[in-house]
Amino acid sequence: MALAIKVNGTMQSVDVDNDAPLLWVLRDALGLAGTKFGCGVAQCGACTVFVDGKPMRSCTLPISALGTREVTTIEGVSGREAEAVQQAWIARDVPQCGYCQSGQVMSAVALLKQVKKPSDRDIDLAMNGNVCRCATYVRIRAAIHDAARALEG
Amino acid sequence: MMRAQALLVAGAVAVTALVAAAVAQTTRQPTAKDLRPVPSFQNIADQQARSIALFEEAGKVLQHPRCVNCHPATERPLQSDAMRPHQPLVVRGADGHGVPGMTCNTCHHVANFDAARVPGHPQWHLAPASMAWEGRTLGEICAQIKDPNRNGGKDMAALLHHMAEDTLVGWGWSPGPGREPAPGTQAAFGALLRAWADTGAHCPPS
Repeated sequence: MALAIKVNGTMQSVDVDNDAPLLWVLRDALGLAGTKFGCGVAQCGACTVFVDGKPMRSCTLPISALGTREVTTIEGVSGREAEAVQQAWIARDVPQCGYCQSGQVMSAVALLKQVKKPSDRDIDLAMNGNVCRCATYVRIRAAIHDAARALEG
Repeated sequence: MMRAQALLVAGAVAVTALVAAAVAQTTRQPTAKDLRPVPSFQNIADQQARSIALFEEAGKVLQHPRCVNCHPATERPLQSDAMRPHQPLVVRGADGHGVPGMTCNTCHHVANFDAARVPGHPQWHLAPASMAWEGRTLGEICAQIKDPNRNGGKDMAALLHHMAEDTLVGWGWSPGPGREPAPGTQAAFGALLRAWADTGAHCPPS
């Protein structure tokens, strides 16, 4: 099925099966490999992207269900929150192996776009679906607090 | 000659199997996965007793995992036929759709995604806390769903429409592989509740 999808602000033509998950369209058809495959069943969050600005697991979203909605991946995420998260991640040296981090960053940005000063509970609930096998959770939570403070200033 | 006999025997076996299947089709007994039809309650002379019996039959659906999993007693939904706590941890949030950064549709999209066994519907969300059914008796659930202060302000007509027509409720009969559908059909469920309303909407005593 040939279709046009908008990814990171640019219209792209792809020719894929109807039921191909968005994740594989991004990685295989468009070469955007920053979004990771972790579990394939929406349990780990490594594949998180934005669909019309909202975080979604791309491994379980068939391309036929995307419609005209716009996709933003780790390669294209931008804005104040994204910059604050990036700086906080670097300052805290958050990643260890790094495999899950694109998903972690997308979820953190999504949270800060909606909650300017998240509590520990806000962070835990928003980030619960993003699994980190290196257990960097403590640094992730601290970095989100750092980013929130930076956005206040 | 031997081959012809073998073919005849095989043919006879096949015909016998077809006839047996047809007989089974016409004489199949109701199972726990069915709902009794409304007319089968007509032999209950007392109207209140009939009303309660109708509700108890509909209760097979109300207390089924497909319904209770999203009417949990806590802020966390359940999942699977075993009604385990939802993994990952997610919560109801202010509007039943989750919390900022982790809403139901972060993972549950507009339709079931059978390849990953992730269920979906455009309106996927939790029932409000006031409509928690997990661990409640049928009598308690009955009182809850009739109470506009707890059921989202629904009168009986709106309640019946919700039960019989709402497509998220209807998902309970199309849950995808790996999940047992709710008993019967949504139409049969709706008919039972309509008959229950028509007989006074009486609740079981407990």
